[in-house]
Amino acid sequence: MFRTTLGAFALIGGLLATSPARAAGEAIAIPNHPFSFDGVFGTYDRASAQRGFQVYKEVCANCHAMRLLSYRNLRELGLTDQQVAAIASQVQVQDGPNDEGQMFERPGRPSDRFRSPFPNQQAARAANNGAYPVDLSVIAKARNGGADYLYALLTGYADPPPGVTMGEGMNYNRYFPGHQIAMGNPLNPDQVEFADGTPGTVENMARDVATFLQWAAEPELEQRRAMGVKIIIFLTILGGLAYAVKRKVWADVH
Amino acid sequence: MAIGLHDSDFKNPVIRWVDQRMPIFTMMQKEYGTFPTPRNFNYFWNFGALAMVNLMIMIATGIFLAMHYTPHTSYAFDSVERIMRDVNFGWLIRYVHMNGASMFFIVVFIHIWRGMYYGSYKAPRELLWMLGVVIFLLMMATAFMGYVLPWGQMSFWGATVITNLFSAFPFVGDWIVTLLWGGFSVDNPTLNRFFSLHYLLPFVIVGVVFLHVVALHITGSNNPLGVEPKGPQDTLPFHPYYTAKDSFGLVIYFIVFAGFVFFAPNFLGHPDNYIPADPLVTPAHIVPEWYFLPFYAILRAVPDKLGGVLLMFGSILVLFVLPWLDGSPVRSMRFRPVARIAFLLWTVCFFVLMYCGGMPAEEPYVTVSRIATAYYFGYFLVILPLLARLEKPLPLPESIARAVLGGGGPMPAGAAAKPMDKA
Ligand code: HEC
Ligand code: HEM
Repeated sequence: MFRTTLGAFALIGGLLATSPARAAGEAIAIPNHPFSFDGVFGTYDRASAQRGFQVYKEVCANCHAMRLLSYRNLRELGLTDQQVAAIASQVQVQDGPNDEGQMFERPGRPSDRFRSPFPNQQAARAANNGAYPVDLSVIAKARNGGADYLYALLTGYADPPPGVTMGEGMNYNRYFPGHQIAMGNPLNPDQVEFADGTPGTVENMARDVATFLQWAAEPELEQRRAMGVKIIIFLTILGGLAYAVKRKVWADVH
Repeated sequence: MAIGLHDSDFKNPVIRWVDQRMPIFTMMQKEYGTFPTPRNFNYFWNFGALAMVNLMIMIATGIFLAMHYTPHTSYAFDSVERIMRDVNFGWLIRYVHMNGASMFFIVVFIHIWRGMYYGSYKAPRELLWMLGVVIFLLMMATAFMGYVLPWGQMSFWGATVITNLFSAFPFVGDWIVTLLWGGFSVDNPTLNRFFSLHYLLPFVIVGVVFLHVVALHITGSNNPLGVEPKGPQDTLPFHPYYTAKDSFGLVIYFIVFAGFVFFAPNFLGHPDNYIPADPLVTPAHIVPEWYFLPFYAILRAVPDKLGGVLLMFGSILVLFVLPWLDGSPVRSMRFRPVARIAFLLWTVCFFVLMYCGGMPAEEPYVTVSRIATAYYFGYFLVILPLLARLEKPLPLPESIARAVLGGGGPMPAGAAAKPMDKA
């Protein structure tokens, strides 16, 4: 009897493993890149995520917004209150209306959302040849392959293979669906200077910004996994007890 | 039935006082305590109880989500992400709700499959079965509308594709679509009415589940042998035997559920739903949630739109008449060697359809979907009616007790009497 149930679960498991919903889509294989948060027990490498934020701030933030994040969230990456306040105060945000009914600019506070580079989608497109630099807040959840894809995308710029004609203002990328992306290669060697001495290679910057974006998309990941481990252990013990009770209750009927 | 205080067996004065005036304790004792249940259930009989628990989990988490969710096209996506980030344990509540919908369908698919394999839909349980199909339809409507609420790309485009199907109906089609949309495209009015209905339908489901259980407690449960219990030696009181067995099954279910929620919360979802809805950008492949894929494949297997829609609805509506399509008096497939194979093949077709539904509408998936669709319906409309006449079933056991306990002779006195004492 128990076998049949296990069989049923195995069947479902097998079915999910070939989960059709994700099979659909462009079939460019995304190579697996080792990240600190891989696997069941992985956690975010704070130093890497902090460097990733620096890459975002100095490079990507010129085009991409992250409107779901607030500066205060950066504390979770290990920045101190002072550091967060300093980062926030570097931007000017619009506030108001004040008592006179006027809108005014003031330095950012930790409670403010990340300032967006463009006031609206049209302005963003106008500045980027009509292409839209997407909001990166949940990008790691919004693409097949997640952080692996981001890493592949950022390190995947190359010269177009012979015979491929590129569209106006398009760049060849090995991992972007269709291989023609409107974003020019954003990362060049030593573009960002890391305070901790990490060499500013494209691979390092790509790994760090991918780590930062993964954290931004799933800030709850560490708490979730830690809770999950406890709950699974608890349930396994409870399951053993429940099975023992069941055996005991049924002992006299067969 | 006499008017006046109920003759209660309860000793506790408070319980007795209530029970005399409103005998719910007597009822609970009768329906869940001593309720005579076939002694030979296997673990497939856990899934009804699991579905009940799952429904309660959906309602509990849904109510908390609704406290923080904003049903407006400009705010819905961000409000869901706010739940994920800023609401205390919001990520947990949302992931339980999101994966709970998938768990609900896993559980109910197995529950329905169990009913089909062991012939639980046959007389006298036809109405019980039909109420189950109603619950299934309501679940599908609820899940479909729930998936629209986070207002991601798949929410929007899924809603557009599925609501558009209704336009295939002659005369009333366009009117129905406008009614669903509350306008002339999927937009804020659509989101608002879907939210309202998504909150309402689960409570309708609770009502139908109640009727489902009422009907169950009139006919009693079927069992893996498909032979009715003939006396007390064939049954056990529900408590403690099946409460103990269900508890164990429940823990296993929670482990699977927790595996998804804590370690792969987005595994069953589509990444595109983390892109805010954009009416101007159509995703490369619009795929519904995994539990709709078999039906989606049937829809796309038919070259004609109306035909596809009718066949898709037909694939579920045919379940309503299943008790009359299958005229064989033998319930359990264990004793139907040919029907058993035909049904297992049907099960394979179901998974094949699920796979094809997630694939682009091109060859070879279209042809494979067509063959699987033909068999899906052929099983119900041709094979079962024919087998009812042609198949020679294996000999049925004389009684449940005989089959389970083996040997001949009456039951050992202790085994049958003891549980009764306990209860
Ligand atoms: C000069 C402006 C600019 C900068 C700087 C820039 N991007 Fe982009 N990015 C774009 C544009 C424009 C697109 C849209 C490309 C398209 O749709 O073809 C884009 C698209 C993307 C995408 C989406 C790709 C997809 O799968 O749809 C990601 C991810 C991305 N950028 C990440 C980054 C990261 C990380 C950085 C910083 C290292 C960055 N970008 C820097 C302009 C920029
Ligand atoms: C039969 C039971 C139910 C099913 C099958 C169901 C299914 C779903 C699904 C599939 C989603 C989309 C999840 C996502 O992708 O984000 C959803 C979202 C939602 N549901 Fe339900 N639900 C049920 C009951 C309820 C109830 C009773 C309520 C409210 C009282 C509710 C409130 C919500 C809200 C507010 C959302 C949007 C937030 C979100 O997307 O996470 N649900 N539901």
